[in-house]
Amino acid sequence: MYGKGLRPLSIATVAMLALSLSLVFFYAPLDADQGFIQKIFYLHVPLAITALVGFVVGGVFAIAHLRSGNRKWDAYSYVAIHMSVIFGVAVLITGGIWAKASWGHWWVWDEPTLVSFLIVFLMYATYYPFRYAIEDPERQARYASVFAITAGAFVPLNFMAVRMAESLVHPRTFATANGGLPGEMMFVFLCSLTATALLWITLVKFELTAKSASGQVKRLRRALDAPAPGAASRIAPEVS
Amino acid sequence: MLDLLPIAAPALPLDEAGKYVAGAYIVFLVLIVVYVAIMAAKLQRIERELRELAGFAEQRKRDEERAKSEEAAPGREAEEVASDV
Repeated sequence: MYGKGLRPLSIATVAMLALSLSLVFFYAPLDADQGFIQKIFYLHVPLAITALVGFVVGGVFAIAHLRSGNRKWDAYSYVAIHMSVIFGVAVLITGGIWAKASWGHWWVWDEPTLVSFLIVFLMYATYYPFRYAIEDPERQARYASVFAITAGAFVPLNFMAVRMAESLVHPRTFATANGGLPGEMMFVFLCSLTATALLWITLVKFELTAKSASGQVKRLRRALDAPAPGAASRIAPEVS
Repeated sequence: MLDLLPIAAPALPLDEAGKYVAGAYIVFLVLIVVYVAIMAAKLQRIERELRELAGFAEQRKRDEERAKSEEAAPGREAEEVASDV
């Protein structure tokens, strides 16, 4: 059921990624201050925005789960958070590379933007042990939803706190002063952001499709394990 | 440590900056490829399980059909005996 529309979505994502990469390297002007190294911006910032929005989306799905009691929303919330954690890993690595090239250091502990993102990332890294420490599936889903809502609410608060704090070296991307983007750069950035968001949606859909198929196989196995009328019980072994 | 940071550092030359830019984009690509490879392995496992379950279902169907034919056979024998008498 989740696989519907996956093929056109995947094609659109690949096309958009190819377009945005072409624009980054052949259309976007070189930054007057940073030069060629600023090209990392078109990868690092969209990944960070998508990851943070993904965490909030995971919280919204968790609200839907607690309101309706439908486990489908819990699966959505889990996959959204899972994908955002993967994007978060990419943000931390690409950010480190950019920092090394621009500032000469892989990481700056005094910088609120970097440390706040690391806090959010580590908070969501605890989601997995927290979730899988609970054996009962109903309780697991409920507690994980509470976690996703609480953490999801923390993300925009954290973002606002960072915006209010004084930045030492990290630029403010959409600030009106010192961080604004010229038209061509903004266009390329928006294309990159769209491509990254499409990639996130495609991978979420892909993961949901795989999870759904795996669940259906388990249900089928249980149905086949039931003894047939007039036949001896036969247990179909689990394939690990 | 922050005093040592070059706040307004000059742009890196292209040959040096290129390595960092390539590194960042390659990391992203590798992450995606690793993720897709893991998902492909999962899908292969699901496919294998489905094949196995299809085999079980076929076997069960054959067992049921055999059981039905065995149930029907004694009835036919009784009918044959009655017609002979």
